[in-house]
Amino acid sequence: MIEAPDLSWAALAPLLLVFGAACAGILVEAFVPRSVRHPVQVGLALAGTVGALAATVLLAGTREVTAVGALAVDGAALLLQATIAGLGALSLLLFAERSLDPARSAFVVSAAVPAGSPRDRELATVPRVQTEVYPLATFAIGGMMLFVAANDLLVMFVALEVLSLPLYLLSGMARRRRLLSQEAAVKYFLLGAFASAFFLYGLALVYGAAGSVRLSEVRAAVGTDGGGVLLVLGLALLVVGLLFKASVAPFHTWTPDVYQGAPTAVTAFMAACTKVAAFGAILRLLYVAFGTAEWTWRPLVYAAAIASMVVGAVLGLTQTDLKRMLAYSSVAHAGFLLTGVIGLGAAGTGSGLAATMFYLLAYGITTLGAFAVLTLVRDGDGEASHLSQWAGLGARSPITAAVMTLFLLALAGIPLTAGFTGKFAVFRAAIEQGAWPLAVVALLASAVAAFFYLRVVVLMYFSEPVADGPTVGVPGVPTTLVLAVTAAATLALGIVPGAVLDLAGRAAIFVG
Amino acid sequence: MSETLPADGLLGWSWLLIALPLAGAAVLLLGGRRTDRWGHLLGAATVATAFVLAVLCTVQLAGQDGAPADVELFTFIATGELDVTAGLLFDPLSAVFALLITGVGSLIHVYSIGYMAHDPGRRRFFAYLNLFVAAMLLLVLGNSFVALYVGWEGVGLASYLLIAFWYTRPGAATAAKKAFIMNRVGDVGLALAIFIMFAQLGTTSYAGVFGTVGTLAGGTITAIGLLLLLGACGKSGQFPLQAWLPDAMEGPTPVSALIHAATMVTAGVYLIARSAPIYDLTPTARAVVLAVGALTLLIGAIAGCAYDDIKKVLAYSTVSQIGYMFLAVGLGPAGYVAGLAHLLAHGFFKAGLFLGAGSVMHAMRDSVDMRRFGALWNKLPITFATFGLGYLALIGFPFLSGYFTKDAIIEAALDRDDVWGWVLGGVAVLGAGLTAFYMTRLMLMTFFGRARWEEGVHPHEAPPVMTAPMVVLAVGSVASGALLVSVFPLSGWLEPVFGEPAEAEHVVAPAVIGLVVTLVMLLGVLAAWLFVGRREVPVAAPVRVSPVTRAARNALYADAVNESLFMRPGQWLTRALVWVDNRGVDGAVNGLAAGLGGSSSRLGRAQTGFVRTYALGMLGGAVVVAGALLAVTSG
Repeated sequence: MIEAPDLSWAALAPLLLVFGAACAGILVEAFVPRSVRHPVQVGLALAGTVGALAATVLLAGTREVTAVGALAVDGAALLLQATIAGLGALSLLLFAERSLDPARSAFVVSAAVPAGSPRDRELATVPRVQTEVYPLATFAIGGMMLFVAANDLLVMFVALEVLSLPLYLLSGMARRRRLLSQEAAVKYFLLGAFASAFFLYGLALVYGAAGSVRLSEVRAAVGTDGGGVLLVLGLALLVVGLLFKASVAPFHTWTPDVYQGAPTAVTAFMAACTKVAAFGAILRLLYVAFGTAEWTWRPLVYAAAIASMVVGAVLGLTQTDLKRMLAYSSVAHAGFLLTGVIGLGAAGTGSGLAATMFYLLAYGITTLGAFAVLTLVRDGDGEASHLSQWAGLGARSPITAAVMTLFLLALAGIPLTAGFTGKFAVFRAAIEQGAWPLAVVALLASAVAAFFYLRVVVLMYFSEPVADGPTVGVPGVPTTLVLAVTAAATLALGIVPGAVLDLAGRAAIFVG
Repeated sequence: MSETLPADGLLGWSWLLIALPLAGAAVLLLGGRRTDRWGHLLGAATVATAFVLAVLCTVQLAGQDGAPADVELFTFIATGELDVTAGLLFDPLSAVFALLITGVGSLIHVYSIGYMAHDPGRRRFFAYLNLFVAAMLLLVLGNSFVALYVGWEGVGLASYLLIAFWYTRPGAATAAKKAFIMNRVGDVGLALAIFIMFAQLGTTSYAGVFGTVGTLAGGTITAIGLLLLLGACGKSGQFPLQAWLPDAMEGPTPVSALIHAATMVTAGVYLIARSAPIYDLTPTARAVVLAVGALTLLIGAIAGCAYDDIKKVLAYSTVSQIGYMFLAVGLGPAGYVAGLAHLLAHGFFKAGLFLGAGSVMHAMRDSVDMRRFGALWNKLPITFATFGLGYLALIGFPFLSGYFTKDAIIEAALDRDDVWGWVLGGVAVLGAGLTAFYMTRLMLMTFFGRARWEEGVHPHEAPPVMTAPMVVLAVGSVASGALLVSVFPLSGWLEPVFGEPAEAEHVVAPAVIGLVVTLVMLLGVLAAWLFVGRREVPVAAPVRVSPVTRAARNALYADAVNESLFMRPGQWLTRALVWVDNRGVDGAVNGLAAGLGGSSSRLGRAQTGFVRTYALGMLGGAVVVAGALLAVTSG
C-alpha cells in the first residue's frame, strides 16, 4: 500500500494557486464562450499570480522542507517566488494590452495556420484574440516558482520542463513577422531540449554517484573533496543545463535570436522571470547540494561570469536592433549576477545571496519596463525596434523617451536607480569574498555596456527625427500600469532601497 | 550643545518646511503653461505657509527651552559600515534662520507678484524662487554636513538660474556663469572638508562630528576649518571670491534682495557659526576668518563709494556687511551672537533697500544709473520713506537696528584686549565711516538734487503689493536691533547652541564706542554731502579722477587679479590639456573603442543564426566546463 505523502498545504499555497489558475484556464478555454474568454482568462491568470504573491507574503518566515523532502519552502524560495509571481503578473498585463496593435492583440489568432497562406492573411486583420497564451504563461510561472523551491533534482528537472515548454510555444505566437517568431520558437525548442538533455544526464550521473536525488543527500555524498569524478561530471552537466536557461555565455547563443523573434511581451516575460528562476535554481544547486565543495566549482563560475560580462557588453556594442541589444544586455547582466553568486562565500556566510536576490528583482523590473516601452513605438509593420527609428524620439514623445531613459540608466547602473543599488550590492559581496579581480572586470564591462545604453539616450535626444519615423502608440490601462509600476519601482529601489535590501537580507536562508 | 530630543508634536512635521516650497516648485515647473495664471499665487502661498509653520515650530521649541529636536527622515543606504541617514535638526540656530528665510522670503514673494506682473516668465521665476527657499531651508535645517551640502548646491543652482533669469541678455548669462564657477571653487573646499570628516571621523552628522572632532590632530582640525572657510567665502562673496556678487545683480531685483542680500549669501556665516565647535579648537583658522572678514569689509566699502549703479553699490555694501559678520564669528564665542544679530538686522534692512531700489528702477524704466536719477523723494514718497529708514539702519543711526548690532561687533573685537583687537576694531569703525559715505552718496544722487531723468521718464509710485512688503521690512529695519539686543536677547535664545554668554570685561565702555562710531558715521555723511550733495552731479561720470577712485571703480582690481592669476593660467592649462586630450587620451580611447567595436563584429560572426552552430558552441562549452571541473578536482 502506498502511503499518501505528508504535504504542508499552507506552504504549498503559492504553487497551488498558480497551477490551479492555469488548470482552470484550460477549462475556460473549453467551456466559456469566446466573447467573454479574454477578460475571464486575464482575470483568472492575474488572480492566480497576485494570489500567489499575497500567499508568499503571508508565508514570510516559513522555513520547512515538505512533500517528502522534495520542496524547500525557505526565505530564499519565498522571496524568489514572490518576485516571479509579481513580475509574472506584470508580464500578463503586457500580454493583455489591446490598444496598441490595430488588430487588438500582439498574438497570432491561430498559430497552426502556415505563415503567409491565404488563411493567414485573412486572419491577420481579424480582431479576434488568442486566449490560450494566458494558461500557457501561468503554467510557465508555476514552473518557475516550483524551480526555485525544488529540493530534489528530479523535481527541479520537472519544473524546468514545465517552465520551458510553454515558453517555446509562446515564442512562436507573434502576430506580425510570424516567420521570425516561428524560427525563434524552433531554435529555442531545439537548443532548450539539448540543454535539458545535459541536465538530465548530469542528474543521472549524480544519482549514480550519490544514490539519491535529494539535495541534502547529494551534499552528504559530496563531502569536502568533491566526491569523485562521477559527481563532479554530474555537477558540470547540471550547471550547463542551468547556465543555458540563465543565458550565461557561452550558452547564450539562443538569447538574441529568441528575444528578437518572440512577441515583445513574451520576451519581457522571459527576460525578467526566467532569469529569476534560473538563478534561484543555480544558487540552490551550488550552495545546498555542492556547498561543501565550493572550491571545485568556484573557478568555473568565476570564468563563466567574466565570459558572460565580456561577451554581453562587447557584442551589445554593434547591435542595431533594440531587442537584440537588450538580449545582449541580459547576457551581461547574467554575468553580473554570477558575481553575486561568488559573493555567497564559503558555507553561504557572505551577503551574496541577498545581493543576488535584490539584483534579480531590480533587473527584472527594469528590463520588463524597457521591453514595455518597446511595445509602444510602432510603425506600419508592428514594433519599430531598429535603432535608427528611435532617432529624435525625445522631441516627438518626451514622456516615452524619458521613461525609456530611466530604464536604460538603470540597466547601465547609474546611481539613484535600482540598477546601481543592485550592482553595488553584488560587487560588494564579491569583493568581501576576495573576488576583487572579478569586480574589476565587472566594472570595466559595465563601462563598456554603458556605451550602448547611453547611445540610445543620445539618439533619442540629440538626433533629428527621421522623416517617416514610427508613431508612439497610446497604451491602454494594462501597459500604462506596467510602466508606472516599473518606473516607480526602478526609482524607489535606487533612492530608498533600504527596506528591500533588509528584506532580502532576512530572507537569505536556504533550508534542506 | 544641549541634549537632543526626538521631535514630536509640530516639530515632527518640520520637514514640511522644505517640502512645501519644493512641491510649489515642482508644480510650477512640471505644470507648464497651465499654471501660468495662478502659479505666482501658489508660489507665494507655499512660502507663507512655511513661515507660519516655522513660527509655530519655534514657539514649540521655545516651550522646550530650546532643546534641539532631531527629525530622522529616512535611511538612504545602510549596508555594513556605510550608514547614510537623512535627517533634520531644529534647534535655536536653525529656527532663527528658518524664520528669516521664510519671513523675508514671503515678503519678497509678495513683492514679486507686483514686480514681475508683466514678465512673460513669471511662472518660471516663482518656481525658481520656491526652489531656492526649499534648498535654503534644507541647508539650515539639515542635521549633517551632507544635508547642508545638498542644500548648499541647491541654493547655488537656484542662484544660477535666477541670475540668468533673463538669459537672452549676454550680461546676465555671463554673470550667472561667473557666479556658478566662483561658487564651485568654494564648494570644492566644502566638499573636501566633508571628505576629511568622513575619512577621519567616519561620520558627517553634526552630533557625531562635534562630539569627536577633539580627538583629531591639530593640523587636521585647522585644515577642516580652512576648507570650510573656503566654502563659506565662495557662497558669501568674501575675499578672495567676492567678485561674483556684484555681477549677480543682473538678476531681477527681488532675487538680489532675497538671495544676494538677505539669505543665501549669509550661508557662509551660518556655516561658520554652525561649525563653532570646530573653530573653537583651531585659533589659526579663526584668525584667517578674522583677516578675511576685516579685509572684505574694507574692499566692499571702498568699492561701494565709486559705483554709479544703484544695485552694485548695494551689492558691495552687502559684501562689506558680510565682512562684519565674518569678523564677528571669527572672534569666537564672544562674537557668534553679535554676528548673527547683525545678520538678522542686515536681512531686514538690506532686503528693504533692494526692494526700494527695485521700486526706483520700476519708476525709472529699469535704469540703474544713479547719475540719471535725482529729486525722486516727492515722486516716490513711500519708497523714499522706507528706503530712508533702511539707509539709517544700515549706516548705524542711533537706536536703529544697525546701531545696536554693529556696535556689538566692534565691542567684541575690542574686548580681545590685544593689539589685534585694536586693529580689527579700528577697521570696523573705519568701515562704518565709509558705509555712511557711500550710502549717503547713494541717497543724495537718487532722491535729492536736480532731476536728471532721461527723456520721457515719468516716475510713479509702485502698486501696494510692492510697497506693503517694503513697509514691513522698514519697520523691521527700525525695530529689529533693539528687539534682538534688549527686548528678546538673541544671546539668551542661542544659549543652547553656543553656551552661556561670558560676562566680558569691557576694555572700552559701550557708551564711548557708541559715541565714537556715531561721530565717525556723521563724518562720513558730512563728507558725502561735501563731495556730492553740494555740487551738481554730472550726468556722465568724470573721466579724470584720482588713482584711488579709479581703483575703487575697478573694485580694487579683483577681476583683473582673478583674470591674470587664475583665468589666463587656467586657459593655458586647458589648452595644454586639450592638446594632451586630443592626441593622447582620445587616441587611446578611440583606439580602445575601435578595438572593442572590431572585436564585437568579429565575435558577432559566431552568431550565425544556425541552430547547428549554436548547438556546437554549447557542446564545446559543456566539454570545457566538464574538463575544467575535472581538472580542478584531480589537480
